This record gives sequence, structure tokens and C-alpha cells, in this order.
Amino acid sequence: MRQILARSEHCLGCKSCELACAVAHSNSKTLYEAINELKPPQKRIFVESNGDLNFPLQCRQCLDSPCVHACMSGAIQYDLKTGLIQVDEQKCVGCLMCVMVCPFGAICEIPDTHRVAKCDRCKDLDYDPACVAACPTKALEFVEVREFTHSGRQTFLDQMKGVN
Amino acid sequence: MKSQKSIDPAVLELLPKAALDGVETVWDRHAAQQPQCGFGSLGVCCRHCLQGPCRIDPFGNGPKTGICGASADVIVTRNLLMHVTTGAAAHVDHAYEVVEALELAAKGEINYNIVDEKKLQQVAKRLGLEITGKSKEELALEVVEVAYADIANHGKKPVQWLMANAPKERIAVWASLGILPRNPDREIREAMHQVTMGMDADPVNLVLATAKQGLVDGYSGLKLATDMQDILFGTPTPVVTEANLGVLKEDHVNLIVHGHVPLLSEKIVYWADKLQEEARLAGAQGILVSGICCSGNEVLMRKGIPLVTNFLAQEIAIVTGAIDAMVVDVQCIMPSLAKVAACYHTEIFTTMPIVKIPGATHIPFTLENADEAAQEIVRKSIASYGRRDPKKVQIPNYKRKIMAGFSVEAIIGALSTVDPVQPLKPLIDNIVNGNILGVVATVGCNNVKVTQDILHVELVKELLKNNVLVVATGCSAHALAKAGLMNSEGTETYAGESLKAVLTAIGQAAGLGAPLPPVLHMGSCVDNSRIGDLVTAIADYLNVDTALLPVAASAPEPQHDKALSIGTWAVTMGITTHLGVVPPVLGSKAVTELLTKGLSDVIGGKFYIETDAKLAAEGLLEDIRAKRKKLGLPN
Repeated sequence: MRQILARSEHCLGCKSCELACAVAHSNSKTLYEAINELKPPQKRIFVESNGDLNFPLQCRQCLDSPCVHACMSGAIQYDLKTGLIQVDEQKCVGCLMCVMVCPFGAICEIPDTHRVAKCDRCKDLDYDPACVAACPTKALEFVEVREFTHSGRQTFLDQMKGVN
Repeated sequence: MKSQKSIDPAVLELLPKAALDGVETVWDRHAAQQPQCGFGSLGVCCRHCLQGPCRIDPFGNGPKTGICGASADVIVTRNLLMHVTTGAAAHVDHAYEVVEALELAAKGEINYNIVDEKKLQQVAKRLGLEITGKSKEELALEVVEVAYADIANHGKKPVQWLMANAPKERIAVWASLGILPRNPDREIREAMHQVTMGMDADPVNLVLATAKQGLVDGYSGLKLATDMQDILFGTPTPVVTEANLGVLKEDHVNLIVHGHVPLLSEKIVYWADKLQEEARLAGAQGILVSGICCSGNEVLMRKGIPLVTNFLAQEIAIVTGAIDAMVVDVQCIMPSLAKVAACYHTEIFTTMPIVKIPGATHIPFTLENADEAAQEIVRKSIASYGRRDPKKVQIPNYKRKIMAGFSVEAIIGALSTVDPVQPLKPLIDNIVNGNILGVVATVGCNNVKVTQDILHVELVKELLKNNVLVVATGCSAHALAKAGLMNSEGTETYAGESLKAVLTAIGQAAGLGAPLPPVLHMGSCVDNSRIGDLVTAIADYLNVDTALLPVAASAPEPQHDKALSIGTWAVTMGITTHLGVVPPVLGSKAVTELLTKGLSDVIGGKFYIETDAKLAAEGLLEDIRAKRKKLGLPN
């Protein structure tokens, strides 16, 4: 299964992924129209920086899924068809427990509705993540883990050139 | 994403060849740039100081101001002012060069002549100069003095070129807004100052400054350049030639002029003709000069030189494998040309000190060495012909007959065959009675974000069907020429009934034996001044403000800063100005509102943004009908 994986050393902090994420979660799905929608669309990816490192972070879909366990209303559940953790906005009661337990801080609040939102892997776009498409440096990839690690190993070998 | 790259059949034929030949084109680079930055697209990215770059979150969750405190409104308007100032600077620099040429020509220091004394006198009279008893050289120097005085004006007096040529009603509006320019160079400098960190933070003031740059462009750029060029090279009269890649000749040395200033291209045309014999000795049947962009338009209008193609297909022209040399001067020259040319035998000659491209051959062109440089370029083109690989040659068999050369003088000339006393009367009577619903000027570029030429052509077809007379310049004119909208058959096919009748009557009276074309080619981008002159003359004849006329402008596929500065000038003239590509302003709702609505209360004109050809035509027709209604004319 393909995952959203980041090469943080390629992230320049342009926030194009954040913008594309918000647009992907708008009604119109186009930038020029989305900026005028009554309820501003909510981004679910966050470019964090500690000064040395930029990192585009979104829900990691982790297996121990503390958010699922913390959700008392059953709004956050595994979607059995896709194996992805999804939020059912209708069931969310806005207790924000999930926000507190997420180790990545990847769950956010929709201010207007006082409910939570997180990366849904662009369900509306046939699971073709907009953040990945928007990344100008290809810091974000939507790949099989084995492909990602393969290219990581190749990079390592390139670095070894001249060492032996 | 656009499925089609162009509607031009010649371009579509050559795109697969480009791919086979390993040529990377503007369309490939555009695809590689996707997606383009949303902050930049909305105009909310600021790079004016080293504390930045800053950007505003258009969804309101992130930063609402830049580090200095500039809001989205300020950042958008500051960026817009910078775009428009840059465009104005390009045209003023162009104009300055031709003023210099006229000065040196009048002093006999360079080998250029004062070709059109009548135009010289007309320009001089408008400037209030006494023309009797002066040689053309003396008079030219006096005209040059006025042009130089504008650029050297240290006082508050407005630009004389504007005061002499703009409609009085408009001057009053501009004066009331405090936007009359004094000295083009000073205004450009002031605007560059105004956009620096810690300066203007009032979006309305910044929009007014932008409007002022539109006036700088209109009068110290466009109008000044056209006047000088007509004096030096002649005012265009109707010419018949052809347009599109099919004009290239396999057995000829094909030399392309590309760029904007006719100082060089005129010399190339002259020397190509003189050196035909050398080409024949080299085994060719002769030399064919043809043009891209506005250098092409300039020599088309005055010398009947055929048009090869417009901005977006400048690389594709080289892919024919039949271009022996392309000589460029300034503006709209893709830096990629040298790389494309390297796949073939084509020589790229750069000529100007401010346009050099690694991989191209630089032959410095100055007013003093113009003939030597032009000869060297023509001779090197002939030598290049010998290196042509016939296996790589593919010239698409597409070309259209075109009639061009419609300066205001030429239009009045054609109309005076109907009414010699009041030549504008037949045109205006037909506008008044509704046979001609209105006039739309389509101008400007190609933009790779749009299928090449589609907005120009589809918009204009729709307007013609509704009996709107269209005039065109720049790459818009190229697009319409290639689509067969600049010949008599175009009138038969595309013009509405009443428009067709008028064009047929004028064509018969002028002795063409056929209708005038439905789209009148008025020249290069600086020749938008001719459209300004025409609008000014019509307003003057009717004794109304230009803002009231059933006239609109459109840049269907704008790409360059110059398109924005020309468009801004059109808006200051009180004209609704359509843009078919969204400019980077939507990041500020207030500014977008001001540019597309509010401005019309203040200045009469406004921008109108619509990316669909049909809807844009409807919008422009609605605007024209509203103006007709206000004037009490039938719709």
C-alpha cells in the first residue's frame, strides 16, 4: 500500500502542500474559487520547522491509533475498505481527546464547527494526495515503502562512492 | 490541465517532430512547473525585503500580514504596481531608442532617413510647433527636443506628449486624480521607490500609482515610439501578404526577425534584398525575411514582410529545420532559443547589449554600425543555409492570406473614399445606427496556460458574429491572421450581416473589389497607440468622453508585464479591458473588487477577468450594449 512519505531535507518550507490541502478539502476544488467560499476550507498538513529542519506533517495512519481509542463517540474509526483511519464529522462531538493523544499533532480543529479534521488521504480525489502533487521539490512522495527505501539505499551508496 | 497545446495546425503538425528531435518546448517546461505556487498565483507572496519572503494565508488560518505588517491588500497592489511599472519601463526604453535614432538621423550622423515628412508635420503640429519654413531635419530636431524635454523635466509640468495627444476630458479626470505623469523616467523611479519596504501601505494610493504608470506607458512609451517609427520608416498603408509557418520557403535562405524595435529589422529587410545575389551564389533561390512577434509586425505593416508565427511558437519555428538564422532584438525572446537552435543548423543572433543568450552569436547592433551589422547578419545567414540538413526540414503547408497595414491614417484613407470631407462619418454613422455594434481591440500575447490562440480566435469570432468591428495588434493580430480573420473571405465567413455590409461597401469604395477584412491589423504592441488615436479621434468627432464610447479592449492571452501596462492604460482611457488569464491579484478581495468594479466610478474603465471565450464575448457585448444604451443608441 502506498504511503505519504517525506524527504525532509528537500522541504524548502514553501507551504504549497498546505495550500493544496485546503483546496482539496474545499467545495470547488479550485484555488481561485476556494478563497471565496463562505466556510474557508481546512488544511490537514502542517509544515513544521525547528530552524534547522522543515517537515511537512500529516496523519501518519499509525497502527496503535491512540486517536481511535480516545474517541468516545466512535467518530474516528478504521475504514475497513481502505484500512485508513477516518473521521466521521457527523459523529464528532468536539471533545478534542484525539487532538491531545496524537503524538504528531496532526489532528486539527475546524474552528467554525468545533469538530476535528485530519488527513483523509484525499478521499474526494480518489485517494490521490494533493499535497504530494503540489510539492515543487518532490519532498513529499506517495509511494510503496519498498520503493522509498530502495531510493534511500541508492542515495546511501552514492554517498559511499569515494569512501572505499 | 489543458488537453491541447495549440489550435494552430502548423504547430500541431510540428510538435511530434519536436519530441522526436529531442527538443524541449515551452509546453514541456510548463508541464514541469506544475503545480505552480498558489501564493504567487494569488499575488500574496512578497519578496521586497530580506526579512522575507513572506506570504499571506488566503484561507485566513495562517499569517494575515507580512513581517513588516503589510496586508494582502498592500502586497497585491505593490506587486501589481511593480508589474505595470516594469511593462512601462520596457516601452519607454524602446521609445527612447527611436527618439535617439530620429535625432541622429536629423543630424545626418547615421544612415537612417526621415521617410514620412507628413507624419513629422502632423506630430509637430500637435505639439504646437511652427512647421512653416523649416526643413524636415530642423523640424525633426524640434520634435526630438520636446521628447527629450519630457524625459529631462525636473518640474511639475505634465508630460507634453500626453498633453498634446490625449483627449481633454480624460486629462481633466487624470488631473483630478493627481495621476498626470511629469517625466516618464522620474515616474518609473518613483514607483520603484514606492514599492520598497516601509513605503506606501495604502492599496488605493498604490492602485492610483499603477494607473499613472499606465499613462506613462501610453504616451511616453507607445505613442512616442509609434510617432518616431512612422517618421523614420513611414506610416503604414494597406499591404497584402501571408501568415503562418507555411510562408517559409525550402529553397530560400530563411531569415527570421524576432523582437520589437524596427531599427534593426528594417535594416535586415533592406540588406536581405540587396544581397539576394549572394544567396543565389550560395545555391539558394533567394533570401526570405519573415517575422515573429512585433519586429515581425513592424516590417509587416511597412514592408509587407510575411508573419511566421507568434510568441508561443517561436521555438516551433526552428523545429521546421528550415530557419537558417533568427535575429533578435528586445522583449519576448525565450532564453531557450539557443538550446533549441543547437538541435539544428539554425544560428541565433543576439544584437542588443541588454539581451545576450549563452549559445547564441552576439553581433552588437548600434545606430552607427547598423548597416555593417545587418550585412554581417544577412551574410552569416546565407552561410548557415549551406549547413542546413535537408533530412531535418519539414515546413507545414499552412498559411493564410492577410491584409494588414491599417494605421489610423490608412483607415481614414479607406473611409475617405466614401466621404472625403468627413472621413470618420461613415464609420461613426454605422456605429450610431447599429450596423456596427461597437469596436473591440484585441491585443497582447500568447500565454502557455491557454491553448495557443484559442481565446483570441474564439472570442473574436463571437464578437464578429455580433457585428462588432475588431482591431488587433501584437501576437493577437498574429493569431487572428493565422486563423484567416484578416482577409475578405474572413468577412464573408465570420462577420454578422450588418457588419459585412459595411465592410463590403467600404471595400468597394476603396477599390478593393472585395470587403475589408473583419479584423483590422493595426500593428505592433507599441502601435496600440494607433488604437488610442482612433478612439480619441472618434470621441473627438462625437464630442464625448472616450469612457462613453461603445468600445472595449481585450488581452485574451496576456503573458508579459507590458500587456498589463498597456491594459492599465486602456483602463485609464475609460475602457473596459478584458483579461483572459487571471492576473495575480485575487489574493486580495478588496483590490480585486476595486480593479474590476470600483475603478469604473473613478476613472470610467475597469478590468474584466474571464477565462472562457464565449462568456468573455458575452461580457464584452453586454458592456458595449450598456454603453450604447447610455448614449441613447439602438441595440
